[in-house]
Amino acid sequence: MAKITYIEHDGTEHVHDGKTGLSVMEVAVKNNVPGIDADCGGACACATCHVYVDPAWLDKTGDKSAMEESMLDFAEGVEPNSRLACQIKITDGLDGIVVRLPESQH
Amino acid sequence: MTSADAHVVIVGAGHAGGTLAALLRQYGHAGAVTLVGEEPIPPYQRPPLSKAWLKGEADAESLALKPLEFYAGNRIDFRPSVRGVSIDRARKVLALSDGSELAYDVLVLATGARPIRLPIPGADLDGIFELRTAADAEALKAALGPGRTMAVVGGGYIGLEAAASARALGADAVVLEREPRILARVAGEVLSNFFCQVHEGHGVRFLTGASVTGFRGEGGKVTGVELADGRVIDCDLALVGVGAVPNQEIAQEAGLAVNRGVVVDLEARTSDPAIFAIGDVTLRPMPIYGRDFRMESVPNALEQAKQVACAITGRPAPAGETPWQWSDQYDIKLQIAGYNFDSDQSLVRGDPASGHFAIFHLKGDQVQAVEAINSPPEFMMGRQLIGSRRPVDKQRLADTSVSMKEVAAA
Repeated sequence: MAKITYIEHDGTEHVHDGKTGLSVMEVAVKNNVPGIDADCGGACACATCHVYVDPAWLDKTGDKSAMEESMLDFAEGVEPNSRLACQIKITDGLDGIVVRLPESQH
Repeated sequence: MTSADAHVVIVGAGHAGGTLAALLRQYGHAGAVTLVGEEPIPPYQRPPLSKAWLKGEADAESLALKPLEFYAGNRIDFRPSVRGVSIDRARKVLALSDGSELAYDVLVLATGARPIRLPIPGADLDGIFELRTAADAEALKAALGPGRTMAVVGGGYIGLEAAASARALGADAVVLEREPRILARVAGEVLSNFFCQVHEGHGVRFLTGASVTGFRGEGGKVTGVELADGRVIDCDLALVGVGAVPNQEIAQEAGLAVNRGVVVDLEARTSDPAIFAIGDVTLRPMPIYGRDFRMESVPNALEQAKQVACAITGRPAPAGETPWQWSDQYDIKLQIAGYNFDSDQSLVRGDPASGHFAIFHLKGDQVQAVEAINSPPEFMMGRQLIGSRRPVDKQRLADTSVSMKEVAAA
């Protein structure tokens, strides 16, 4: 279990508990957090769950796969701390993680 | 814009209907929302049914769009196991299969599509499956297993994904396709041949040009598939995946415009201004191709759900999206952008033998569609090029030493 803070582009915060094994995207979608579209449902096929991971947490989210790297390369507004939320699996070590959402997912 | 306290009734609790209900609350709609679904469970994702779900890698909780308590918690009156049967447009009332009635201010038809059933002898034998719902997938999963042989009638994406899952479960799979090649209706020849080879490499057998005329059975259970040329293909179970038809009868009987789907505009509004339609059931305009057509895809369901949520809550209409879809088979990720209409040339970028390549379908120097195999850059840039209609240099497009960003910038 991990507490996850999602911060919308306009600053609105949403805090939700995420079960270990789910992804940061799944917890957002199941709680109707605006700003994470996740069109493909986690298949790493669409890049509509782009988030900016708080730099303090970046190392703990693990490495990006080649597929994620490649999809992110073509998303808008990509920064060094950009991730696809569907590829971040929740662990106890992520308790307290903060992710910020881009203005739009396209 | 409709009034803020309008009662929105959504008929059909699939990906489109479920998404719309959640978006209405996300966008601040204050009025009542009722979501009517034929299935006993709340809205869920269908794409994993032929993939992760069939292989036992996903559970009901991960499949659900939202947890059940989400609906009550967000004042969404979710009514499972009930169907809309008729619309009284004059009274603005929807009649349900349990005999009750629902008054609406805004009605949204999200009734989806249903698998085509083959009108051939033996089609009602046990052991013959279709794959649309979670219940279908559960029944199919229970029938699959090591040493079983599944005959797949129809070499489309659902059949191929199920065949791949069957192989992963240790079952044999034989695909029977009426056309000379698999994926004939939905993909070009290069892609058909590629997938055929990949599946054969995983032990799937293919019979193309195979017209199925009936099923054989013993004791009420399927034992084989009969072909027009007299051959009988032995099997323990059969999956029929030969396309789907829109559930448009309720709209048709209510006098709404229908034509191979419920006709809607770019706001997903039907010919009655108080009634919208979204998802697989709709025949919608697609301006980049200058035509109307019906799409069976999750991205289309989501786009139309957004259109309706914006229209109801008075938000500006969302920008049009370039259609896309995906398929996972074995370790292959196929991403398709656009539809291959009116193309005069198909160009392969990369070497299919490498397992990373893309097929661009072009009309003059404009990209109409791209099929990308394990190639996200080609998919992402291809999708942008389809939407922008920007001309491309075909020589550079075919040259993998020129990056997709450079191709698109030229």
